Amino acid sequence: MAKIKFTLNNKVVEIEESPTARLLDILRDKYDFVGVKEGCGEGECGACAVLINDKIVNSCIVPLGTVEGKSIVTIEGFSKTKRHEVLRESFEEEGAVQCGFCTPGMLIASESLLNTNPHPTDEEIKIGLSGNLCRCTGYNMIIKAVKSASKKGDGLW
Amino acid sequence: MEIFNYFKAQTIEEAYKKLNENPSNLIIGGGAWLRLSSKVVETAIDLIQIGLSQIVETESSFEIGASVTLREVEKNESLANLYSSIVNNGVHGIMGVALRNLVTVGGSIFGKYSFSDLITPLLAMNTEVEMYKGGRMPLEDFLKLRTREKDILLKIIIQKEEGLGYYYKMKKTGLDFAVINVAVTKLNSKFKIVVGARPSLATFAVKAMEYVNNQSKITPEVIEETAKIAVEELKFGTNSKASEEYRTELAQVYIRRGLKEVTNNEN
Ligand SMILES: Cc1cc2nc3c(=O)[nH]c(=O)nc-3n(C[C@H](O)[C@H](O)[C@H](O)COP(=O)(O)OP(=O)(O)OC[C@H]3O[C@@H](n4cnc5c(N)ncnc54)[C@H](O)[C@@H]3O)c2cc1C
Ligand code: FES
Ligand code: FES
Repeated sequence: MAKIKFTLNNKVVEIEESPTARLLDILRDKYDFVGVKEGCGEGECGACAVLINDKIVNSCIVPLGTVEGKSIVTIEGFSKTKRHEVLRESFEEEGAVQCGFCTPGMLIASESLLNTNPHPTDEEIKIGLSGNLCRCTGYNMIIKAVKSASKKGDGLW
Repeated sequence: MEIFNYFKAQTIEEAYKKLNENPSNLIIGGGAWLRLSSKVVETAIDLIQIGLSQIVETESSFEIGASVTLREVEKNESLANLYSSIVNNGVHGIMGVALRNLVTVGGSIFGKYSFSDLITPLLAMNTEVEMYKGGRMPLEDFLKLRTREKDILLKIIIQKEEGLGYYYKMKKTGLDFAVINVAVTKLNSKFKIVVGARPSLATFAVKAMEYVNNQSKITPEVIEETAKIAVEELKFGTNSKASEEYRTELAQVYIRRGLKEVTNNEN
């Protein structure tokens, strides 16, 4: 067990836990942030994506110890922003959500992409979302949604 | 994996001392690979505060710190000038951005993963590894070191050579490990050929390189013969991804393509 201190959705938190615990389990079980999903549990599907120091990371392969001093944003934290609102609306309008299981991860991936590249091409969107799997939509609507958010939210990213 | 203590070293000396305090102590990079293992670790030592998180460009080389992530390597535009961007392209093919933001150069090199999409292109370039105790050595020698003495990888050093390069990772699905990977480079008329995921660790096709580097003209016949020599000298094996025969065939094809590409691009 070790004391680990980090910022979680803009709040400083400290937890006494095994440094090997998966960040995903801590976020879901200890902080109740269940918008962070577990798909594969092996770093392959992106359902568990969160932002660590503004960069997208799969929380299922992050040992808790490595987040000491870092800032983590989950979909719950991100959902309080204007950028999320724009993305959410675009996802809704383009039909980019079906069962919705991949959606929190897709939104985090879109945020991470638009943060570094506010006007991505289709190809850049495909690369940006390449670690996020969706079993329902066939991806085209998601790509359209990110494009549309990039236009509508011009200046936000 | 089970870790009992997590130690953030402030200096490299402190990290090394801690590493040797207990046989199970080890360095943790991104921890992504370690997490999959069943190791029981007394203390995991994190290097993040030591300042090995930079890519430093000098007049003659790039020095990439152990804590640099593969995403940072991928996005580095100056590195992309070396050998037709094979290092950037190699790491680009590893899973998604969310994994590449986490995993480190130190963990990727020290782990000596046979499927590595970083080691194969680096070997075909001019790369050295700098260890805290073991000092600086060519990547090739580091990969051959048998005894894994407890040491810390500080950085890798890539010489600035603007040769031509080819890298190909054959994989069955977008996010999979390599079935085989091949790097071919050319600098001042000298070729290097590296094959990884055979399924064992990447290595040079020494005889094939000797043959092709002694030819005065690179004809289609020379390319054919070089690829043939390479697959005859290299050992391939069978695992759940592919058979020995299939890997041998694939390697021959990609070596040929690589040689053609670096030869044609010159004209
Ligand atoms: C799901 C998944 C898929 C992957 N797919 C691919 C792929 O297709 N291609 C590919 O090339 N790679 C792939 N990888 C491997 C990945 O790219 C990294 O190479 C790997 O995760 C190790 O990096 P890390 O930072 O996680 O290291 P860690 O897991 O932290 O460490 C790995 C090993 O290196 C040691 N170590 C770490 N840093 C140092 C140091 N500075 N000095 C001494 N020892 C050190 C550790 O003690 C440990 O033994 C994949 C990994 C995962 C988890
Ligand atoms: S659950 Fe983490 S990547 Fe699939
Ligand atoms: S909407 Fe169902 S997995 Fe993407």
